[in-house]
Amino acid sequence: MSKQTITVVQLYPKDMNIYGDYGNLLVLQRRLEWYGYEPNIIHYNVGDTFPNDVDIIVGGGGQDSGQEIIHADLIAMGPKLKTLAEAGVPMLMVCGLYQLFGNFFKTSQNKILTGIGILDVETYGTNERLIGNIVTNNADFGDIIGYENHSGQTYLGDNTEPFANVIKGAGNNSKDAHEGARYKNVIGTYLHGSILPKNPLIADFLIHTAVTKKYGEFSTDVVDDLLAGLARDTAGGRPR
Amino acid sequence: MPHPFVVIMGKAVRHAARLRGGGSALPGLFVEKISPDFIKQTLAQLPRGVVVISGTNGKTTTTKMVVSLLEAHGLKVFTNRTGSNFTRGVAAALLGDIDIKGKLDADIAVLELDEAHAVHFVKAIPPRYSLLLNVMRDQLDRFGEIDATAKMLEKIAQATTDTVVLNREDRRVLAIKDSLHDQNVELFGLSNNLLPDFPSDDELRGGIAKKTARPEASVILQKYKGNQATYHIAGQDLTTTLKLNGVYNVFNSAAAIALTRAILGNETQSDIVISTIATVTPAFGRGEELEVGGHPLELVLVKNPSGFRLGLKSFSPVGYATMIAINDNYADGRDMSWLWDVDFESLSELGVSEVSGIRAYDMALRLQYDEVAIGHIEPDLTFALRQFISTNNDMPKRIYCTYTAMLALRKELSKITKVEVVS
Repeated sequence: MSKQTITVVQLYPKDMNIYGDYGNLLVLQRRLEWYGYEPNIIHYNVGDTFPNDVDIIVGGGGQDSGQEIIHADLIAMGPKLKTLAEAGVPMLMVCGLYQLFGNFFKTSQNKILTGIGILDVETYGTNERLIGNIVTNNADFGDIIGYENHSGQTYLGDNTEPFANVIKGAGNNSKDAHEGARYKNVIGTYLHGSILPKNPLIADFLIHTAVTKKYGEFSTDVVDDLLAGLARDTAGGRPR
Repeated sequence: MPHPFVVIMGKAVRHAARLRGGGSALPGLFVEKISPDFIKQTLAQLPRGVVVISGTNGKTTTTKMVVSLLEAHGLKVFTNRTGSNFTRGVAAALLGDIDIKGKLDADIAVLELDEAHAVHFVKAIPPRYSLLLNVMRDQLDRFGEIDATAKMLEKIAQATTDTVVLNREDRRVLAIKDSLHDQNVELFGLSNNLLPDFPSDDELRGGIAKKTARPEASVILQKYKGNQATYHIAGQDLTTTLKLNGVYNVFNSAAAIALTRAILGNETQSDIVISTIATVTPAFGRGEELEVGGHPLELVLVKNPSGFRLGLKSFSPVGYATMIAINDNYADGRDMSWLWDVDFESLSELGVSEVSGIRAYDMALRLQYDEVAIGHIEPDLTFALRQFISTNNDMPKRIYCTYTAMLALRKELSKITKVEVVS
């Protein structure tokens, strides 16, 4: 029997790749293989044709210049991505694309970049950089360990839940004690690190959701996460 | 002239710090606090002025090469040799070299400066010449973004009074040229054949590709194979055998030659340039080769994804046992994200014998996802080094290490082999 395929789309790897967020894609690809599925990895860049059959979508952070390059294309793609989000497709958007999955990003020069509004959040550019090791907690995923580095500060509207509570670090902004946003199976977060390698429960949430949505049941194979556990132990105790 | 009291006290602190075996920046910090004009007053005496070398990768080795080239032409050169490239590192180095009256016996100062510190430094002391090497992802947790780092280099260029030397192959560095009006600009570069050996951050994941049509450069690294390099200098091809290893070190030698030519002008002698470049060795920990148990042991400093990628591309793992040591102290950068932008598949065939450092498990996790086999994981550098040497006692060894891991490993290695003392 041929292997079951799961299609993972990475949004804008050419322009939004600055921060090691490639690790998220690699983790999804390898874990899908280790669970016995056939990962079909698609790099979607500005001007490409968006695939019809999509199971997981990931996106990363970029420089301000990168956000401007992809902006028009993302806005054009907005309705399509929104339909997929409503249908329960799992997505992980980190930093820059988290911001643009919100309602808008107002830069520190008061320029407004409209978002695609999947997450009911708004972001304001500031001169304060929230930077350093961060530990958050989510009821489903336990402690989440990563590294944040952003000067945009994000505030949540009424139609979006925070993704996690901050235990150590700053999170969405310097006032509220929460981090990221969640709508259906869409996760927005500021955590780099990359986030998925040291938080395999989140990787498996994305994979499990995609596989059961498509095939009804999930593999019984187990991945060895010993090293992830040891790396978490060290990272959680490091200075900010 | 600096106040004699500052000089004497500074020298005393330097002496005391050395007795403690302490860091090179402490006495500089002392002087900086009690006499902020100390560096300015001392450097203002130099007849040929001040040269600043900055950029993300290769500052230390390039500075070492420029110093050798100028000295070979008969100049007395002051430099901050320790790679302590913050302002107080410069102050500390000055304290070691000035006489008791505060006089510096040198014709010219060649200083490597960290990008952010260089911006402050050039405001107080405009350099006569500057060399800007590259802008790559490095410790973004300090500077924020690559574009912000490029702006810092632009400020250094704009503060320069005579000639700015720029890397033609780095699009952000080359763009600085357009912001300069009062300065001479010299470029160094690579032949089209060598361009693919230098993947940039922009090309990562299929981004902007390098252009093959570029402005003229005064020094070009034409060919590089084994340890034979050919430079194209002012219309002439010159070939030599190098002691440098690692393609990025060799490219930096082209930068050093371009800067030397800018400083010396008609006094430059090509035969001296070529014979000097042939004898230069890499700066400590930058492809430095030690000997342990009758076999070579190489230390390769890695501090950002482009540097790590170039290192893995430059040194074949065949015939070598490999160790990787990753720390996350302030000087290394706290963030581990960068490891995920390095591709380790070139190590998958032979595996990695030892993984160490504070973030050993982050590194091991990274290797797990590239399906690279690991011999041992031992966060303690001393134990790991011993284990690495005893497991691989019959073969050459190579250690990729971050900055503070490199310092710790050199210290440990100095107990068992000859390690050049850098002061």
